[in-house]
Amino acid sequence: MASSIDDLKSAIKKALPELDMVIAWAAGPDPLSHTPLFITDEADVERIEWDPRCSQNLAGYLPGLRGKKVGIVVKGCDARSLVELLQEKLIDREDVTIFGLHCTGAVDARPVRKALGSTRGLESVAVDGGTARFTVAGEAKTLPLAEALQKKCFTCTGADAEVCDHFIGEHGQPPQVTETPTTTLEELEAMSMEERLHFWEDQMTRCIRCYACRSACPLCVCQDHCAAQSREPHWVDQTDHPREKLMFQAIHALHTAGRCTECGECERACPMGLPIMTLKQALNRSIQDLFDYRAGTDPDQAPPLFEFREEEKNIKEREW
Amino acid sequence: MSVNEGKELRIIGFLCNWCSYAGADTAGVGRFAQPTDLRIVRLPCTGRINPLFIVRAFMNGADGVLVSGCHPRDCHYSEGNFYARRRLEVLKALLPVIGVDPGRFEYTWVSASEGQRWRSVVTSFTEQVHALGPMPGFKSGTSLDMCLCHLDQPQVR
Repeated sequence: MASSIDDLKSAIKKALPELDMVIAWAAGPDPLSHTPLFITDEADVERIEWDPRCSQNLAGYLPGLRGKKVGIVVKGCDARSLVELLQEKLIDREDVTIFGLHCTGAVDARPVRKALGSTRGLESVAVDGGTARFTVAGEAKTLPLAEALQKKCFTCTGADAEVCDHFIGEHGQPPQVTETPTTTLEELEAMSMEERLHFWEDQMTRCIRCYACRSACPLCVCQDHCAAQSREPHWVDQTDHPREKLMFQAIHALHTAGRCTECGECERACPMGLPIMTLKQALNRSIQDLFDYRAGTDPDQAPPLFEFREEEKNIKEREW
Repeated sequence: MSVNEGKELRIIGFLCNWCSYAGADTAGVGRFAQPTDLRIVRLPCTGRINPLFIVRAFMNGADGVLVSGCHPRDCHYSEGNFYARRRLEVLKALLPVIGVDPGRFEYTWVSASEGQRWRSVVTSFTEQVHALGPMPGFKSGTSLDMCLCHLDQPQVR
């Protein structure tokens, strides 16, 4: 990976004079997650970091920077969010310069911090083969991928940025994770309907309504016009009731239906660690069956709920 | 408390003004006997239906939701029900994940002249919802309610 970061820096240096800004990652206050870096000055290029700690999806900044010439560094999953923004014409292809990378997996800061004990002096993180390697204060530590990576990486459908202007490094396969823990969706499938409702009730009781899931979502582009804040109609009321919080999650899931690329930002941003991507995964699974469609794969395709067919191939209507 | 408490369930019907609402009216004019659990909300078109109407209805305690509009290709606005069909199919995937039995929600097409068909749709949907019983509610209330109920326990007080 050492060579790909050097290639990335030189590619960005070369492109920077033509651009207003390049968005990449740099070391931040938390040793386990890198923060976004907005580069306008060539000197800042040296601060760029690229390793499994670069988990934040930077594509979410693009709609707000529309009209500017922006360069952006993306992993496989970030590139799918970017394609989805292109599909919805929320960003212009000619204004965006994409630096694509091959991702070896993104670490999940919470369990890793727990497993490592102390992250003080964390120097490097790398994923190779079936393990994640950490160097903490000169000492090497390893964790199995199933414990170190974010849940979205277990179901990764492509670790390379498919749509890009400059691909840096070598193409490769998604992380091969063995013995993945059961997903929340699988757990829910084993439950009765009433148990599922109470499962969400328990989860939503912990929700603090900070709306970090919404803020982190690259496809939540309504900004100040979010349905959750609307008074007329009053979709979600102010009571601190699990019902209202679940209603908000239903709004988020349905507003990203057919658009969500499962970049996992909602779950990563959630301070309470709630499994909220599950709702979007369930919708995506059904959208794949119904419309044979995967969000963020083809910039020329329209999202399925933006159009219709007179004869729907996979919709079986009920015979009364 | 209504006299029907315990006998009736709360079923919400979202009907399009041009076909199904008129179809329900035809059934009424024809004096067909039908179950009375359904409460109808009239909308200009099924394309007006935000799937969140249905989620909100369930969150507010509905036991079943029925959506009905014009048959495909018969939409008054030519394509509203085609969009609705896709949205409602996607909604069908969400409801079971949040714990709403898939049998509590159906969508169908009934035209203005199909009074008899309207009767059979309402009857069979009502039976279906009655077989599932009332929608299970949330056990707890707000966080404040939970704090207050803990206050009753001596160790906290």
